[in-house]
Amino acid sequence: MSRATLLVLADGRFPAGGHAHSGGAEAAVAAGRIKDAAGLEAFCRGRLHTSGLVAAALAATAALGVDPLLLDDAADARTPSAALRTVARKLGRQMMRAARSTWPSPELDALAAVRPKGAHQPVVLGLAARSAGLGPEDAAHVAVYEAVSGPATAVVRLLSLDPFDATRVLARLAPELDRVAADAVAAARRVPDHGVDALPAASAPLLDIGAEAHAGWAVRLFAS
Amino acid sequence: MSSAVRVSVDEPGAVGAPGAGGAVASGGRDSSVDSGIRAVARIRAEVDARGVSRLPVLEGEGPLAVRRVRSSGQEARVALVGAMSAPLGGDRLTVEATAGVGARLDIGSSAATIALPGQSERPARYDVRLSVAEDAELRWLPEQLISAYGSSLRMTTRAELAPGARLLLREEQVLGRAGEEPGALTSRLTVRCDGRTLLDQELSCGPGAPGGWDGPAALAGHRALGQLVVVHPELAHSPAEPRMLGEHAALTPLAGPGLLVTAVAADALLLRRVLDEAVRLVAW
Repeated sequence: MSRATLLVLADGRFPAGGHAHSGGAEAAVAAGRIKDAAGLEAFCRGRLHTSGLVAAALAATAALGVDPLLLDDAADARTPSAALRTVARKLGRQMMRAARSTWPSPELDALAAVRPKGAHQPVVLGLAARSAGLGPEDAAHVAVYEAVSGPATAVVRLLSLDPFDATRVLARLAPELDRVAADAVAAARRVPDHGVDALPAASAPLLDIGAEAHAGWAVRLFAS
Repeated sequence: MSSAVRVSVDEPGAVGAPGAGGAVASGGRDSSVDSGIRAVARIRAEVDARGVSRLPVLEGEGPLAVRRVRSSGQEARVALVGAMSAPLGGDRLTVEATAGVGARLDIGSSAATIALPGQSERPARYDVRLSVAEDAELRWLPEQLISAYGSSLRMTTRAELAPGARLLLREEQVLGRAGEEPGALTSRLTVRCDGRTLLDQELSCGPGAPGGWDGPAALAGHRALGQLVVVHPELAHSPAEPRMLGEHAALTPLAGPGLLVTAVAADALLLRRVLDEAVRLVAW
């Protein structure tokens, strides 16, 4: 693998649209559940071990070359919130455009053809990593980092949180990110033998409930 | 419950026959044998020539007693009756319920299930396997699962539906008895419909759960959470409209012929109030 290629894919400036999303942080801030850096850290930790783990496992499995349509169905089943499914497909479509332009591959073309409105973002992310010559560990790391960096960046804006505080939260979470990415890859490696049921399905009730509430807002800073 | 004497079902006479009034054989759990109880309840409904659902299979054992309940309609009704304290650490309980082609089966329970610590260090397991055949209908509406302090339970609920099958399923988890810290609980809910997985979600909370389970992304201090799942063929053509049911509950269409209500609440009573409202909204 190329470490520099991984940085290109993981860069927050990679033009895949992620910056417009708070990962549920906007709803949590509005409900008073995140008030400071400690709240941000607890939020990020909860997101990491639930939707972050699931996204990382999907991405790692796609990077291994497992049929992305099976994974797209598995992502649907693990995303009960209709609002979050819409977001995941929108982000998947944007990731697909960026990835096909950056690391063209027949596998990306094939998925884009059968899911013109977008596959779930983690599945596209994994396939993008594969097209870039990266492996499942890389894809899982990008996914877990996205799971926490999105909310951290958003909360800096939403609460006028000190960016140093937000970055310190991310740095403190780093060893946990590594562990969750490793768990995700281990689950991914079970899929070829045991099917997609081997993928984790960890859920966070208030992420799902908050996403549905947020989708109904008339005015919001972030798309999700 | 405290008067119930717990015995391993491996011992003679320990299997409580259905209809035995919840009595269990005398004798104590041998503390040197760390086996826990294994018990299976089996329920099967089939429709007869007059369209009435019958219960050709209705078997329970040990802590899983099952009772036929009088039904006012053509459906078969069953209550799970707690015959002793369970599940405790190391116990392994299984409920298998099937609604045969065209049958209507309604299953509830007489009281909350309380996961308690046992002599075994191993977690208890509670597996629910629901199967709904073509044009059949299953209502699975048990009382709450309460995760008591010091307990450890791994629960799985898996529903398999044939095309045209209907399901109304409610699960409620209460973290700790009143004013008590919760035990360790992992609960996975999987609903498969016509061979496809419609819903797969797992919740872990309490001691040993991955970090953040009680934080602002997951429970944020709420001590009761619940899910209500509806599967109905009509939902494939006209999906449910997403809507909030108060501040801490949401109804959302699933990616297929179903919908899910997810709710969190401060306690079991408030949770039930929200889910009862949801049942009124969504039950066919």
